[in-house]
Amino acid sequence: MDELLRVEHLSVALPTRSGYHKAVDDLSFGVDAGEIMGIAGESGSGKTITALSLFGLLPPGARVTGSIRLDGTDLTALSGKQLRDVRGRQIAMVSQDPATALHPILPVGTQLIEHMRHHLGISKAEALSRAAGLLETVRIPDPEQALRSYPGQFSGGMRQRIAIAVALAAEPRLLVADEPTTALDVTVQAGILRLLDRLCRERGMAVIVITHDLGVMSATARRLFVMYAGRLAEAGPTSELLAHPRHPYTRGLLDALPQESGAPLVPIGGSPPSLGQVPAGCPFHPRCRYARPSCATDRPDPERVAEQHLLACPPDPLRATP
Amino acid sequence: MTVPASAPLDPPDPVAAVARRRRLRPVTPAAWRRPLALTGLGVIGAWVVIAIFAPLIAPDNPLAQKFAILAPPSAAHWFGTDELGRDVFSRVLYGARITLPLAVILIIAAMIIGAVIGGIAGYFGGWVDNVLMRVADLVFAFPGIILALAIAAALGPQLRNAVIAVIFVSWPSYARLVRSLVLSARSAQYVVASRLLGASGPRILFTDIRPNAAGPVLVLAALDIGNAVLLLSGLSFLGLGAQPPTAEWGAMVAEGAQNFNDWWVGMFPGLAILTVVLAFNFIGDALRDMLDPRTARAVRNI
Amino acid sequence: MSSASTTAAAAPAQGRPRARGRHRDLRRFLLQRLGTGLVLCVGITLVAFVLTHVVPGDPAAANLGQRAIGDPAAVAAFRHQYGLDRPLPVQYVLYLKNLLHGNLGISEQSHRPVRADLAEYVPATIELALFAIVLSMVIGIGLGIVAAVFRDRWPDHLIRVLSLAGVSMPVFWIALVAFYLLFFKLGWLPGGGRLDPTQTAPTHLTGMFTVDAAVHGQWTLFWSALRHLLLPGLVLAIFTVGMLTRFTRASMLEIMGNDYVRAARLKGLPERVVILRHVLRPALVSIITVAGVAFGSLLSGTVLVENIFSWPGVGQYAYRSAVNLDLPAIMGVSLFVALVYIVVNLVVDLLYGVIDPRIRLS
Repeated sequence: MDELLRVEHLSVALPTRSGYHKAVDDLSFGVDAGEIMGIAGESGSGKTITALSLFGLLPPGARVTGSIRLDGTDLTALSGKQLRDVRGRQIAMVSQDPATALHPILPVGTQLIEHMRHHLGISKAEALSRAAGLLETVRIPDPEQALRSYPGQFSGGMRQRIAIAVALAAEPRLLVADEPTTALDVTVQAGILRLLDRLCRERGMAVIVITHDLGVMSATARRLFVMYAGRLAEAGPTSELLAHPRHPYTRGLLDALPQESGAPLVPIGGSPPSLGQVPAGCPFHPRCRYARPSCATDRPDPERVAEQHLLACPPDPLRATP
Repeated sequence: MTVPASAPLDPPDPVAAVARRRRLRPVTPAAWRRPLALTGLGVIGAWVVIAIFAPLIAPDNPLAQKFAILAPPSAAHWFGTDELGRDVFSRVLYGARITLPLAVILIIAAMIIGAVIGGIAGYFGGWVDNVLMRVADLVFAFPGIILALAIAAALGPQLRNAVIAVIFVSWPSYARLVRSLVLSARSAQYVVASRLLGASGPRILFTDIRPNAAGPVLVLAALDIGNAVLLLSGLSFLGLGAQPPTAEWGAMVAEGAQNFNDWWVGMFPGLAILTVVLAFNFIGDALRDMLDPRTARAVRNI
Repeated sequence: MSSASTTAAAAPAQGRPRARGRHRDLRRFLLQRLGTGLVLCVGITLVAFVLTHVVPGDPAAANLGQRAIGDPAAVAAFRHQYGLDRPLPVQYVLYLKNLLHGNLGISEQSHRPVRADLAEYVPATIELALFAIVLSMVIGIGLGIVAAVFRDRWPDHLIRVLSLAGVSMPVFWIALVAFYLLFFKLGWLPGGGRLDPTQTAPTHLTGMFTVDAAVHGQWTLFWSALRHLLLPGLVLAIFTVGMLTRFTRASMLEIMGNDYVRAARLKGLPERVVILRHVLRPALVSIITVAGVAFGSLLSGTVLVENIFSWPGVGQYAYRSAVNLDLPAIMGVSLFVALVYIVVNLVVDLLYGVIDPRIRLS
């Protein structure tokens, strides 16, 4: 498959009261067309900032270095107007909470067609008919009526589907789903994930799913990218990472998930560092079971430890291979 | 006028409020970093000093009619003299001794009355709430000065009655604010917890709700005190407040209206009012910006 | 919040029944509001009644001359004529009965029916207030949008200071300053009254000179009436412009922090569309509320402004009535206020329903 998105050495520094601090630090990854990639990490790991930087919609004053290439074009070099042409049309985002991401007082139809018409230049009638088709694709019953309704009249799961339809409206090539299931009931989550999977396969879209829930990842993402404190911790095929996690953080995330065996949950002690409080050396070392003295000073760079498997943690013969 | 039902005041969850505040606004400077608030405090401070030390600072007796009539500003009389030969500058300084204390007393009275009524309405709910709030709505809907002028006229043209009139017109906003705060606090986690622990009604009102209500009410008071000054001096302008020869700013502007080609008579007292109200508004604004967004909205919507 | 399935089941699939359903919602909504308004109207008359009859101050003393007040027969006659010797509740009922017949009593200052007084003064004030509110909304909301869009840059700072100054100014003082500068010193605008002393009113239609003159094609009168409106209208509008600017700015900034605004940008929509359709529309709900309140404060302002600019309106009438304790006139003014309140509330509520569908549907 062709690579659609290539991010190289992306760093985003945000202004705070105590100066600039990096929310994203030297991140590199790629996404192929037609694949679902997952970005995992706790809150504060820089996942959403990474997503926003793809759109050029960072908080004012943010400093971006590195490159973001969408099908060859470097998005960081585009002007405001050019970026607006890319947003919605080439890449689209589904935000975390459908209750707040859909406009409360505009009809669903308007929200579906406004950018469709802006980007594709089609007539209103044509746009509405395509919008009805999109609602059908995401399995909203009675699309004609839905177009005239307001988001508040739908349940959470339905709203998320509508939000996905909105994202698809201008036929983007890359869809970024930020915590698409976090605000939803467990029973509804599976449906949304299946929908994303189907859309990806049917339209050849690339999808980035951002979440802190590894359980969600295992179901959908083909490749996984684990972030911690704005940096890559581990990346590779999902099946490989979940079966043989090599970064202590990834292991910690997995151990913290409820197991079928009913084994006790093992949380990761401590909490992720906030902006500006990132420890020197390996950012995870204060919470790491296997930390050595060198972890406090040497910052590990991602290294290829197997085909497609990247790891940012020094190899340790004394540490038991999982 | 009621706030539309689609924008209710949700129960204030402190954690969410902090998280939301961090997300919604970039760094909000603390009070001492805001130049406007500092200017406001400075101006009010200056007027307070003037009010206290007027007898020492003022060059002349504000009531002494011994100078040239309607003399323009000069070195001897910085603000000129009025139609009875009194020094305008001294009168303006002495005016602070009337306006400032009265405005503060007025607002405190309205605040207490309003808070008590609003607290009762919010706490007991049901028909008590309905009746009290209908009354508050009625008073609130009536154009302030017309109501105030009716009361002042009925009671007799005296400064004391004007103050009473303005208190009567001002209490509803506090009642409505306190009521909405009490209502949302009632369903807040910490109050429910208190009740579960067996705390009684008045105790809950006092220890749990009052500290959280105090902040917004004080902000409203700070924002409102400017209006109180405007209303009070407005009534005096119309002749229903301070009576001659009292040196009150509103009454002085009325004199200026009689002699409007001698512009200094009305200009300076009016400027005094403007500076005081502006200063209070600076302070009130800064205080409101320090509240979390939800409560700020409640204060603004009154 | 109903799920889509129940909504689909509740509303029939065809177009027309659904449209009728929406109108039914709106009608019921309006009737409800009207009902509340009427109750408040009665309440206002009650308050006015109580105020004027319960507070100290003897209307007989205020209205009879020095000699007559000493004469018990004259006082008794006065009391009897105005029903002041009947118990209070009866007086109130009598008053309401008269009201329903359109009889508002006789004013003690003008010795005319209060209704005639009001018919003469109300249009003048309405004309002034409408002029001021339209001006305030256009300028106020416009400046508020600019301030929100240019947040924390120099246009924002300038607008914030100006609007703050606007709400801090004593209206009677700025009226005098404007009068002095623009009329007395510069002679740009007329200094008082609704028309020049030599002109007669345009052919009567509404009582509002600008409207009447325009409708009848009397263009010299129209321009004169407009010029006379300008000074009091502008002065009156200063406070409400400040109020609306501040409120619009705050409302818009609050909405701009919402996820759905960011979502609109993520869709690649032009900024102008984002601001006008996604931010301003929801903001308008609260802004309209404030505009309604602003209209009330405008009426307050008329008392002072009409005084200074010799504008023969209800403000002056209210002032004179209060000072003279002219009870029928005071009640008449209260009724006027109550009616304005109802109308403004209705208009505001209607606009809510149009702007925010959530209110219509709830």
